[in-house]
Amino acid sequence: MPVEIDVTTVYIEDRPYPMDPEQNLLHQCLSAGFNLPYFCWHPALGSVGACRQCAVKQFKDEHDKHGRIVMACMTPASDGTRISIKDSEAAAFRAGIIEGMMLNHPHDCPVCDEGGECHLQDMTVMTGHDYRRYRFEKRTFRNQYLGPFLNHEMNRCIQCYRCVRFYREYAGGADFNSFALRNLVYFGRDKDGVLENEFAGNLVEVCPTGVFTDATLKRHYTRKWDLEFSPSICTQCSLGCNISIGKRYDTLRRVVNRYNGEVNGYFLCDRGRFGYEFVNSERRIRQSRLRTEAIGPDAAKRHLRDLVASNPGVIGIGSPRASLESNFALRALVGPDRFYAGIPSSELELLRLMLDILRSGPAGTPSLREVESSDAVLVLGEDVMNVAPRMALSLRQSVRQQPIEIAKRLHVALWQDHGVREVLQDAKGPFFIATSSATRLDDIATECCRGAPDDVARVGYAIARALHSSSPEPQDLADNQRAFVESVTNAFKMAKRPLVISGASYRNIGIIRAAANVSRVLPGATLSFITPECNSFGLAFLTGTSLEAAIKAKPTAAIVIENDLYRRLPAPEVDSFFSQCAHVVVLDHLENRTTTRAELVLSTATFAEADGTLVNNECRAQRFFGVFPPSETIRQSWQWLGEWENLDRVIADMSGGVPGLSGIAQAAPSAAFRMSGAKVPREPHRWSGRTAVLANITVDEPKPPVDLNSPLSFSMEGNPDQPPAALIPFFWSPGWNSAQATNKFQEEIAGPLRGGDPGVRLIEAGQGEGIPMASRAAESDEDARLSAPNRDRQGADAFNGALFASVPSAFQPRENEWLIIPLFHIFGSDELSRAAPAVAQLFPDPYLALNADDAAKFGAEASVMGRNLPVRVTPGLPQGVAGLPSGLPPLEGIMLPAWSGISRI
Amino acid sequence: MMISPYPVATIFGVLIVALTIAAGLIWLERRLLALWQDRYGPNRVGPFGLFQVMADMIKIFFKEDWIPPFADKTIFVIAPAIIMVTVLMSFAVLPIAPGIVVSDLNVGVLFILAMSSLGVYSVALAGWSSDNKYSLLGALRAAAQMLSYEVFMGLSIMGVVLLAGSFNLVQIIDAQRGLWFVIPQFLGFVLFLIAGVAETRRLPFDLPEAESELVAGFHSEYSGMKFGMFFVGEYLGITLISSLIAILFLGGWLGPILPPIVWFLLKTFLLICFFILLRASLPRPRFDQLMTWGWKVMLPLAVANLLVTGAIVVATAQGRSF
Amino acid sequence: MFSILQTMWNVFLHMFHRRVTVQYPEEKPYLAPRYRGRIILSRDPDGGERCVACYLCAAVCPVDCIALQATEDSSGRRYPEFFRINFSRCIFCGFCEDACPTYAIQLTPDFEMGEYHRPNLVYEKEDLLINGPGKYPGYNFWRVCGVQIGGKDKGESEREAAPADVHTLLP
Repeated sequence: MPVEIDVTTVYIEDRPYPMDPEQNLLHQCLSAGFNLPYFCWHPALGSVGACRQCAVKQFKDEHDKHGRIVMACMTPASDGTRISIKDSEAAAFRAGIIEGMMLNHPHDCPVCDEGGECHLQDMTVMTGHDYRRYRFEKRTFRNQYLGPFLNHEMNRCIQCYRCVRFYREYAGGADFNSFALRNLVYFGRDKDGVLENEFAGNLVEVCPTGVFTDATLKRHYTRKWDLEFSPSICTQCSLGCNISIGKRYDTLRRVVNRYNGEVNGYFLCDRGRFGYEFVNSERRIRQSRLRTEAIGPDAAKRHLRDLVASNPGVIGIGSPRASLESNFALRALVGPDRFYAGIPSSELELLRLMLDILRSGPAGTPSLREVESSDAVLVLGEDVMNVAPRMALSLRQSVRQQPIEIAKRLHVALWQDHGVREVLQDAKGPFFIATSSATRLDDIATECCRGAPDDVARVGYAIARALHSSSPEPQDLADNQRAFVESVTNAFKMAKRPLVISGASYRNIGIIRAAANVSRVLPGATLSFITPECNSFGLAFLTGTSLEAAIKAKPTAAIVIENDLYRRLPAPEVDSFFSQCAHVVVLDHLENRTTTRAELVLSTATFAEADGTLVNNECRAQRFFGVFPPSETIRQSWQWLGEWENLDRVIADMSGGVPGLSGIAQAAPSAAFRMSGAKVPREPHRWSGRTAVLANITVDEPKPPVDLNSPLSFSMEGNPDQPPAALIPFFWSPGWNSAQATNKFQEEIAGPLRGGDPGVRLIEAGQGEGIPMASRAAESDEDARLSAPNRDRQGADAFNGALFASVPSAFQPRENEWLIIPLFHIFGSDELSRAAPAVAQLFPDPYLALNADDAAKFGAEASVMGRNLPVRVTPGLPQGVAGLPSGLPPLEGIMLPAWSGISRI
Repeated sequence: MMISPYPVATIFGVLIVALTIAAGLIWLERRLLALWQDRYGPNRVGPFGLFQVMADMIKIFFKEDWIPPFADKTIFVIAPAIIMVTVLMSFAVLPIAPGIVVSDLNVGVLFILAMSSLGVYSVALAGWSSDNKYSLLGALRAAAQMLSYEVFMGLSIMGVVLLAGSFNLVQIIDAQRGLWFVIPQFLGFVLFLIAGVAETRRLPFDLPEAESELVAGFHSEYSGMKFGMFFVGEYLGITLISSLIAILFLGGWLGPILPPIVWFLLKTFLLICFFILLRASLPRPRFDQLMTWGWKVMLPLAVANLLVTGAIVVATAQGRSF
Repeated sequence: MFSILQTMWNVFLHMFHRRVTVQYPEEKPYLAPRYRGRIILSRDPDGGERCVACYLCAAVCPVDCIALQATEDSSGRRYPEFFRINFSRCIFCGFCEDACPTYAIQLTPDFEMGEYHRPNLVYEKEDLLINGPGKYPGYNFWRVCGVQIGGKDKGESEREAAPADVHTLLP
């Protein structure tokens, strides 16, 4: 919603700077490019004024020579404010604060994983505190075991409270807190144990020093300056969070957040941050093989070419976890008619439907930043936390949007984090969840409604009907459903930026249609679909024929890229498909059941070795770049399948040849891009060991590998200036070695990156018929509330006929048969993170989920679909519905939802 | 007039001796510099390190003869040859001892001045063809410096020519039988000495190569034998200037007891040592100081010297008829 | 003008001064303990490896000739898994010694490292590690740092209080 922003003038060192009066001085000083130290403030967390580090001198007017010290983070940037950062008294004050904080800080830097990217180090240097005068005893703490992701080293703590503020207030965790008092304040759990929150990994970046460090990095520890980075996109869910991946000595060392104001902002989920280790897995296919014999890359490619030439009926099976380029290369090799999506029709049809809905509008699909600012949310049939975790974190912020209006009315500045929370107390905005089982977001939900997938769809239809009479009406709603529908309707009528979230998790077309109806009858609403995998939408752009169609085609030869078909369809079907196929070629990077069935296995690049484009759940095409230099044996799928000179050629062919993808070239600069004639270096300028890393193999330093596919170089050579946003390999700025260097890359703190956030939307909001969002947003709050019914009538004509009419009938439990629905797990449902040791530790054991009543019939274990599984009582599951963890071995490949009997053992 | 009975032998004799001396100077200079800097200098290869020259020669012959891809190849190759040719041509008119002279030219002095003027092309072209900013700067400096100093170099020996009444070097030596010209032409001697140092681009007037500012200046891009030609050319230049001073001011081969050739070589050798002493002891001036000196001090002095000498010659020659 | 002549005369007189050249290898020069020669890795007074694999030496090295990889033993003590110096690139500037926070890396008065084969100049940890504390006896980084390792519990470092009891609220 565009707001008229007043600009005030603030004088820093007697020079005028235009500033936003809605913001505090620290925020504005950093935006203006000044270096002002801080600890407790965080761009996403706001100000609490706890650390006293950002002290500046404020003067009454230009004649005031004396001034007074104020905390920049707690002072509004009101008009005519005169401050001095350089003032000697303020500088001495800041140095004193640092010295105080350093009293108990241990002598750990050499063995601390934060060293070299430590905000405390940076700030200590910035204030000039260089000599420890304290000669007494330091306090110490015992550390806790916090799970496989985080190390705890409490001695280093400077008590800035950022961790609890993030963990409890921002991410909604409960099992982490501050304990004890005065200089003994302790941050941790009440006892050792795995941190429950799915965003705990962000403490690595939130903590200004080394209390919380990346435990996966520790196992192959490398300093930030020694890592070679690439801008990449997380492939472990559909949101497409931007990540920066770091490599050294041929292994991927870590993943850190890469700020993208529109997508992930400052935070990642733990699956995205720690699931990267599959790249280093022992299950990696590092050598192509023909049957069981290892085969050289050229021979392998020749074999593939011969095979395609001698089998005119060869088909290609694509993958939602492969890049657009790789899928397109396969499509180009076998021809569009014989290219099949590697997903079952139940999923593909939903994806195509979602794309149609988004294309026709009028509801736009929101970026995560827009999700964050929605003031009323309805989730229809998605366990957001477990399917698209980062969106759950955004939703946690969105429930604050409506109560924040109270703070605004009381003139509490929104950056006054503590003040706002004091005003808000436990007030939460409208947030409604309709699912088949309990979700991890229920604690912030205004109301939850549980029902079988069809009932969830019916509730959705009912909401649409209540908002607009032209929508079909579901009959015979239960009382609890009716009450839920009423609350949602009331909240949505009052909302300015309502949001509907739905997705393909339950493979239920009714839910998606209902969500579309709600978004269409609600002017100004946005509609967000959660897709199953990182490039599901991209795949749906390329083909409309499913995996089942591929099997029906009975081909003599098939090429499968980056897809384990045994996860898609039941094993017998896949088995019979493979046995009737004379030749099977599989391109993949991890050994799986599909690769064992292949005649020719081509060792393929993971996201860390490949370059390409992914289309996320908001149809944002984003480019990712590999961090490993091209290897002789491991190649990208599109390199195996075609003869393109470089990635740009593939993109040119694809954007010309596939409707809807014409914009993808804009996702990032092409390989020919140069900054002042130079490439963008992947390595920090202080990357060490250039003449020693390979010295044990050869003392003649080889020339750095050439990257044909991107404007990034595989060395520290290149232009050291800030690259375009889509090419930022890592955040670093002189004096700012930690992740806080992000400040220097943004147009404004917490705003877009310089030159605009990366990624290009393939479907823009409001493209279709209907009321464009802007006309509504321009009106004032008061108007919106009064005229809402009015506009409903006006809008009716605009989308008449564009509403889905087939309401499913209510779910009927069956005697002795249960509807088995998939249940998702952030750690467990994803295919690739299974090969990451840290994430794999948190996988649940396979189980059968039942509600308490049904569970009582079976006891501790039950048999379902020929498997004996322990029974787990799962709250929220309706009568007659059972759940199985989706994608968790050995339960992968089961087509859910499905009806099945359950028997006692 | 004494003409050698075996002209071919003389030509080769002079050529071989000049080149040998030039090569030997590599060793001599290093040893002398070390001597004046309390070191030993090259003393490992052969007796007194004498074979150091051999080692250096072998090395320089076998080095990769590399031409930068950005250079103007033809000129780049020709440039070092020019300096060798011009300096060696000058040796042709040097009378070394009675009867040992390749070509007893009647305008010997002018010939040498002409050849030395041509030498500047070598440096200027080398710097230009290297296509390197330091080389070009070096070349510019060389051209300016050599043109400036050439002017009074010529003027400073006109006094000698007046006194001897000839441009022929043999006749100039003969004219010194009574008194070496260093006495009546002391000012001319000093001026010519300074100009000679500048013409050979030797320290303290080595601004064209000034390694500390121009990274070897005009020959930055040269390596191997092409660099070797500049190197040898420089030593040949020293030898030439030293011989010239010996001939013009110190009576050439004239001297008692010892055979004339020994006198000539002895005088030349001492002058060479003096050149090296200059290098050992004096710092390099700034370029503007160099030019100021040349035009504002040396040139007027040279003109004054010429006028006074001319006046005296005219005065004492009154009554004599030409 | 006169000063130029005097300079030349003074330089000329140096002909008769004593030579300062030391005729190595016949004559060995005296090298101070802080001479910057062959690099070694030392051990702390307790015999443990001093290097904690902090990467500072590698970072400060102007010719990038140091490469290492950190690892930890089961008790949490960090050490280099491998430590490689490519002496064919080393310029013996001593920055690594300056940067070392644990006195582990030290330069020694030994410069006779000539080799005919360049790969022989690549030294691994086995070649670098010596059996003593080198120039700095007495210092043990682990006794001053706050990290717990085998044989040293929390609060047992120099000038450390015993671990705080976080379950009490007594002042």
